[in-house]
Amino acid sequence: MPEIEIREVCLNYETPAGRVTGVQDVSFDIERSEFLCLVGPSGCGKSTLLNIIAGFISPSGGEIRIGGRKVDGHGTDRGVVFQDFAQLFPWRTALGNVAFGLEMKGVPKEEREAIALEQLRLVKLEKFIRSYPHHLSGGMQQRVAIARALAYNPAVLLMDEPFAALDALTRDDMQRLLADVWRETRKTVIYVTHNVSEAVYLADRVIVMTPHPGTVKTQVQIDLPRPRDPLSVEFLDYQKKLLRELGQMKN
Amino acid sequence: MTDAAQAASASPSAPAATGGQAWRNIARNGFPFLVVGVIWEIVARSGMFPRKLFPPLEDIAAAFWRLTVSGILPHHAIETILRLIAGFALAAVIGVLIGIAMGRSRRAEDYTLPIVAMLAPIPGIAYAPLFLLWFGLGNLPAILLVAFVSTFPIVFNTWTGVKAVKEIWLRSAQAMGATDAKVFRHVIVPGALPYILTGLRLGLAQAWRVLVGVEMLAAVSWGLGWLIFGAREFLNTDVMLAGVAVIGIIGLTLEKLVFQKLEDYTLVRWGMMR
Amino acid sequence: MTLNAERIRTWRRAATSIVGFLVLYELVARSGYFPAVLLPPLGKVGATLWASLLDGTMLHHAAATLYRVLAGMGLAVIVAVPLGVLMARYKPVENFCLPLASALMPIPSLAWVPVFILWFGLGNTVAILIVFYAATFPILLNTWSGVRAVNPLWLRAAGAMGANGQSLFWKVMIPAASPFIITGVRQAFLRAWIAVIGAEFLAASDFGLGWVIFDAKEFLNADLMLASLAVIGAIGFVFERLFFGSIEKATVMRWGMVRATRS
Repeated sequence: MPEIEIREVCLNYETPAGRVTGVQDVSFDIERSEFLCLVGPSGCGKSTLLNIIAGFISPSGGEIRIGGRKVDGHGTDRGVVFQDFAQLFPWRTALGNVAFGLEMKGVPKEEREAIALEQLRLVKLEKFIRSYPHHLSGGMQQRVAIARALAYNPAVLLMDEPFAALDALTRDDMQRLLADVWRETRKTVIYVTHNVSEAVYLADRVIVMTPHPGTVKTQVQIDLPRPRDPLSVEFLDYQKKLLRELGQMKN
Repeated sequence: MTDAAQAASASPSAPAATGGQAWRNIARNGFPFLVVGVIWEIVARSGMFPRKLFPPLEDIAAAFWRLTVSGILPHHAIETILRLIAGFALAAVIGVLIGIAMGRSRRAEDYTLPIVAMLAPIPGIAYAPLFLLWFGLGNLPAILLVAFVSTFPIVFNTWTGVKAVKEIWLRSAQAMGATDAKVFRHVIVPGALPYILTGLRLGLAQAWRVLVGVEMLAAVSWGLGWLIFGAREFLNTDVMLAGVAVIGIIGLTLEKLVFQKLEDYTLVRWGMMR
Repeated sequence: MTLNAERIRTWRRAATSIVGFLVLYELVARSGYFPAVLLPPLGKVGATLWASLLDGTMLHHAAATLYRVLAGMGLAVIVAVPLGVLMARYKPVENFCLPLASALMPIPSLAWVPVFILWFGLGNTVAILIVFYAATFPILLNTWSGVRAVNPLWLRAAGAMGANGQSLFWKVMIPAASPFIITGVRQAFLRAWIAVIGAEFLAASDFGLGWVIFDAKEFLNADLMLASLAVIGAIGFVFERLFFGSIEKATVMRWGMVRATRS
């Protein structure tokens, strides 16, 4: 059974200009431990879809099942990482942030601090556990955010353009780090991005979405061995393929 | 930041690494007062005004000394401070609770905002005679008025703060399994803290202003406001100015010792200064 | 819920709330629990208000109070805005003024009333000076912050385009610092009202809304007191919303420079 089943999901909302369809008739499956990227221009509904999967928004129609169970609101089976570094709680240290989910679960202090320390080690921030977020750089804050989302062991990791606000060099480092973390933890990941090369670097499969209304246009399986070389011919071929699919929308 | 906060934090107060630097800071801060003091002395001794009305600094200092030693000034000051604390504490509790309720529940907001907005533009002190009429003289009307007046800025700022808690924090916490109660305790309260502290600061400033005014209306028999106003009868300008100086010192101390420290321990440490 | 339905619901609740509040007051007033003199029914308050408006006394008092507020604030603007600018541009001025301002600010303006009464006697002068004192600090500090916060890029661009001292000041610095200055004047206005009412209580000068309230206490005229409070509230509301609101709209909001802070 696929880990995540998305069936005919659609979302409509009211604006002063009338009813708008944000997402229409989206259906696909995601296998366990698969790294899936959602790619598309702005307005294609990829972030909206992610928020629906996360349970922050209720779909107007259709349903989503995770591990066979229907999604109804947010839950600890899914971890979220947003684009905004301000997602960290400024009043808690890095360790305090990462331990939050465990604290909510009622895990005793020593145990949860040990687990949190492990997560921070995974993202190579073990030296900064007592730092407050505002002392950390953007890249470091996002690493803490990833550790925080993983700490309470969700089955699925949802990431909404987490590296888009970082500079190019940091972004490359973060992509490599994420690939390593995924290889070690084997989580199911749904990753939203508008950056095609990032998608080709990270994903097993890329779903291309179109705007107005947001629907799935096509899916591209990325059959490259890891670690991937962004300068290889095969990599660039996949990039061209995706860009062509996206370019066709520019009418 | 409130202007008081800005001024207090802007004036270089922290002693620097070297002793020489600290002395220079003190000299730099003290210089304006020196100049003002000299000008004052010149005017006072020039004979332009009667000595009683424009006392030289030594008269003021003497009055200050006399009143402190005899215990009169401390008695007045303590009465005033106690009233302030009582009224302000009341306002803080009520104000924060109402503000949080308004921020969390659209319904609470819809019902309370009109009334609060109606009462707010009226300066607190304007209610003083009314309160005196209703509650007589003494501590009760003074404390109630102080509480009433300082509640408004606290409610407004807390309300704004609760509404301003970032959605992204709420969502992150919910995704990590926090229940509503936990979200409130772990996210909303710390998240709204900058605004709540601003509200408390403004509330205290308001409380102080109103309190001094109410005491002048002869509502009480002991208090700094009463001391200053009463001194008018005997043209004791030196006593008045001593009293004014004490009021200023207390206000400054409250700002620096209480709020600044509170801020340093929380907002500054977390990098959350507005 | 649609946008309009929500808005209607908010209005409905507001109306319920206000009406409920007034009804509650009326019930308590009529219950006989308190003497009618202390808690007059709304009808009496309304009648008193109407009568005093008609025979012009209320307007006379309101005018006197307004005059004092505006005079004091005018003085404060004339003194504090240039001083704030000087403080921001020249460090020695800042070094001199800031400690003095920090020391004087925590002293409530009303604390100076007895001293001023001894120096200037009863009457307008005391009230205007107290207003001036109260209004100066917010304007001074906000102007100072505002000028400091002026983006140096704007100054450089203007300088490169040939702007000299005067035009730089009036055409770049003042508009750039205007959100702060407006906030300062707004805060000053609130403080000025408090100051003027308090000063009118204490400097007993025969005219003014504060004097009316104070005098009404002597004769246990709670209805007159409440009527005056309503007038004060109305004037405050008018100034806050209409006057300041429209200045803000015509300038900083139009330019997209609104500051989120409103105390």
